[in-house]
This record gives sequence, structure tokens and C-alpha cells, in this order.
Amino acid sequence: MTAIYEKELDSQLNGLTGYVYGALMLLFGGIYVMAIHLQGSIDFTTVLGSLTFIYLPGIPLLTMRSVAEERRQKTDQLLYSLPMSMTKIVLGKYFALVTVMAMPLAVLSLYPPIVNGLATSGAIPLKAAYGAVVGFFFLGCALAAVGLFISSLMESVGLAAGACFLVMLLLYFLSPLTSYVSTSALTSFIGFTVLVLLLGVILWRMTKNGGFALVFSLALEGGLGVCYALWPGKFGGLFADVLGQLAVFDRFDSFTYDIFDIRSLVYYVTVAAVFVFLTVQSMERRRWAS
Amino acid sequence: MIEVSHLTKRYGSRTAVEDLTFTVESGVVYGFLGPNGAGKSTTMNILAGCLAATEGQVTIDGYDIFDQPVKAKARVGYLPEQPPLYTGMTVREYLSFVARAKGVKIPALDAELDRVLAVTGTVEVADRLIRNLSKGFRQRVGIAQALLADPSVVILDEPTVGLDPLQIVEIRQLIRSLGKDRTVILSTHILSEVQTVCDKVLMIHKGHLIAGGTPAELEERFAGRATYHITAKAGLAEAREALEPVPGVLDIQAHEDDAGRCRLEVSVAGEARDMDEKLSFALSDRRIPVLRLEREQASLEDVFLALTQEADAPNETVKGGRRHDGHL
Repeated sequence: MTAIYEKELDSQLNGLTGYVYGALMLLFGGIYVMAIHLQGSIDFTTVLGSLTFIYLPGIPLLTMRSVAEERRQKTDQLLYSLPMSMTKIVLGKYFALVTVMAMPLAVLSLYPPIVNGLATSGAIPLKAAYGAVVGFFFLGCALAAVGLFISSLMESVGLAAGACFLVMLLLYFLSPLTSYVSTSALTSFIGFTVLVLLLGVILWRMTKNGGFALVFSLALEGGLGVCYALWPGKFGGLFADVLGQLAVFDRFDSFTYDIFDIRSLVYYVTVAAVFVFLTVQSMERRRWAS
Repeated sequence: MIEVSHLTKRYGSRTAVEDLTFTVESGVVYGFLGPNGAGKSTTMNILAGCLAATEGQVTIDGYDIFDQPVKAKARVGYLPEQPPLYTGMTVREYLSFVARAKGVKIPALDAELDRVLAVTGTVEVADRLIRNLSKGFRQRVGIAQALLADPSVVILDEPTVGLDPLQIVEIRQLIRSLGKDRTVILSTHILSEVQTVCDKVLMIHKGHLIAGGTPAELEERFAGRATYHITAKAGLAEAREALEPVPGVLDIQAHEDDAGRCRLEVSVAGEARDMDEKLSFALSDRRIPVLRLEREQASLEDVFLALTQEADAPNETVKGGRRHDGHL
């Protein structure tokens, strides 16, 4: 695993993407710190709250090549023939991504004490600031796993970047979008139908087995229809609730209110674990149908 | 040692490999021979653990590649059809990555790298970027990668494709030297490669194993008949009389020359032994001077053509196939 980890870290740091990501983070981080603290505010957490949008271009940039590039260069053949489990290979890649993401954050972490040293009045509460840094990092970890998974579904790096950016955009604006979703039972039903459709497409991309994906989606949709027919009352507002649960970015909000929210961290770790697992499965499926 | 039993691989409705069973012994160079699309790459991918089989079993040194993939794969070095190279790395960086991923410990790393660099003749390019290397060197780096961590089985998928003639000769020498102390399986659709490099041949056609054995065995077993070209200083009838009673002679075509010589084409059964001696003695017993006596054996190419045609049209009996001088 360490061999994969080191190789991935090397390719991120030799291939510019790691530096571009770091530069984006530090550039905008610097601008926000200047802007907010020059106004006399001592709230470092708002800096990080504003910085989350860097993940929109940042995550696709870091993750797009992870698997898609191996596939393009046919080096995935080497990975498959290594005497190493696919889980270890994917984890090596994932930890390298997370390491690259931690680097600019380590630099950003120096800002609060520096600002405090220079400040004439008031000081940044360090506990809240570092709590937010941890939350920000875990948010990035969860998103990186999503990006890694998308990369593992795609044949080309450009496609992976595009799809990943769209997903990031959707996740970023999920909660404002959710407020537009009507809470009627029918809307929920239609919403879930769209989700089922999406799941079917992902399944089809992963297994390359259209028939299986179709049957699975139809079965799921059938179940959904039966539930809707039996208990239409339960469906009211359910879709909006589910979307709210999926809003990864919103989970970070509590950190900007000085709350160190352990539940959010657990949520992020869960999302990361699920998508790393899905990436392993997606890679393993390739053994069956190349 | 590789044991393959009843291996089948289907892609949807298309069957790439069907019911393949064979055993590969240690210390032998095996050639996987077949036309493009015969299922060679699919089989090799499965042997190397890159591809799952639909049915069947593959064990490497006793470890099942599907049940104990890590242990089985640790014994295999694999060069896929397209060498899996990270072009942005130098040769040394790349090889040290692969070595570590294969579990070579850091203290032993440098020695291991130096060993494969020396064996594959890539020492001089060790510190160059792979993207700047010629195809021949890339192929060697691909082979070097397969040799890391000293695998007991080396699988090479079309190792000489796209190389210039000199490089081909060098790579073949390399493969021969590898075969001395480990099992090498290489695939090719070039017959001369099999004859110069391989100890044993497995012929595969449309996903089926159609023949196996040493090149000489195959030639003998499947060559229906061999032809002798004989020039003798005698009349036509006289020569015919001398040769017809020899056991194993099937047919004699004769042409008379001007200067009291005759040229004969004598067909003999493929399994007949010592025909060189028998034919020359038959002539010398009658005091007929033999000026030329040459055996023309059916080549591996003939065997291959015959077998693939047979597989395509099982009802049609194929005789001998095309003949030409000597070996390929």
C-alpha cells in the first residue's frame, strides 16, 4: 500500500495538479483572511466556510486522473496483476489524495496564530478555528472519495473531471435546491423515481450489464410504487428530507457556528468509507468485463 | 508450474476461450500460438490474475488464482500486450515502484533493480524518462518489470511485436536465457518465433486448444507425408524399380534429364523412420550414383494452417497443407 501511496503522491506533486490545488486554496484562503480580518472580524471559521467552494474545481482536479488515467495508459493492467488486494490499492490512492489536501490546510492553520500575533484588538478563538479546520478537512476527505469513485467509472480523464464537477456543483447547491422542492407526496415519488434512474445508470456503468441494471431499477421502482400506493401520507416531504441528508457541504455549517460536531465527522467518515468501498467494487468489476 | 482446467471466458454472448485445459511445467519456455483474436491475450490475462474467468480453475504453484490471488500473483511476472508504463517516470523510479508494490523490501531494492536492469540491458537508460524511450527499450522495461521480485512464472504477451529485426533477436535471446531457470509463457502469431524460442507449443484457435507439444513433435505428428528430392545418375525406369519396393514410399514422380540423369520427387509417410538411409541404400545397392538427396519436412506453419483449417471445417479432410523448402 505504501508503494501505491508514494507513487500517487509523487504523481500529484510532479504533475502540477497538487500544486494548482494548493495554490487555489492558499490564494483564496489568503484573500479571505485579509478581507475578513482587516475588517476587524475575529471569525476564522467564516474564512473556511467561504473556502468550501474551492472544492468545486479542486476535487475534480485532484481526483480525475486517479483511476481514469491508469485506464487510458493501460497501466491498470499492472495494478490488477500486483500481488496486492484491490482495497489496498484504492486506499493507497485515497490516502495520497487526502495527504495532498492536507498540505495547503496545514499552511492555512498557521494563519490564526499569525493574525493573533499581529492583531491589536481581539484574538481569534483558536479552539473554534482548529475545530473548523478539522471539519473542513473531513469534508474534503468525503468529497475526495466521491471524486475517486467517479474517476473509477470513467474511461477518460476529461469525462471524469466533467462528471465530478457536476456532482460537486449539485452537492454544493443541494440545500438551496431542496427548498424549491415541493413537499407533496407526488413530488417525493417523482424525486425517488429520478434517484432510482440515477442508481440504475451508475449500476449499468459499473457492471456493464444493462439487463441486470434494468431489472434492478425496475424492481426498486416497483417497490417504490407499492409503498406509494399503500402509504401515500408517509411520502410527504420525504424526498426533501433525504436530499437534506445528502447535502454534504451543509454538514460543515455547524463548524462555522463554533460547534465541533462529532456527528458530522462520523457522517463524513461514513461517506468516505462508502465511496472508497464502491471504488474497490467498481475496479473489481472490471476484472469480469474488460 | 501452472495448471489450467476447463477454463472458459465469455464476454456477454461472445465466447473468447472455451474449456481450455493444459499444464505448464517448470523450467520450460512455452509458446502460445494462434492467429489474432484466438483468445491468447484473454488466456494470459486470466493466468496473470487480471481477468476473472467465467468457469474453470487456474492454479500457480498450487495456489488458486481466484481463491488465493495475492499468493498466486506473487509468483507471476506479467507483461501485457501493451507494456503498463508510467511514462512520466524514469526507468529506475518506475521499476522501484513496481518492486515495492510487489513486496521487495527497501534494503534489497537496489540490488534487485540492478539485477533486472542488467538482465534486460536497460542499465544505460535507467535514469531517462520512459516517455523518451524507443519502443524496443520500452518493451525491455516492460520485461524488466515482469522479472522483479523473482517470479517463478513469467508471462509475456507478444513480446516482440513492433520491434525492429535486431531488437527482436535480442529480446528472443533474453527470453531464452530467462527460460533456463523459470517457466516462461509467451504468446505470438509469428511461427518462426516459436521455433527459435520455445521448447513447447500450445496452439490455440477460436478459444480452443487444438494441439500441444514440442515443435518437432507437432511437425512429425501432423505432417502427413514428407517429400524427398533425389537426383540420381540412372534411367527413369531403373530408379523407379529401385525405390518402389522401399517400405514407406507412397508415390514417385520422376523427370528425366538430358545427361542421363533423373530427378525424382519421392513422397514418404510422415511416420516412416530412417528414410534417408533406406532410400540411398536402395539406390546404391543397384550401383546407382546418388547426386542429391534432400528431405523436405512439413513446417510448423503447415501444421498450423492445416489445424486451423481443420477446426474451421471439421468435415473436410486436409492433406499436408502447403509445402516449401526447409524451416521457416
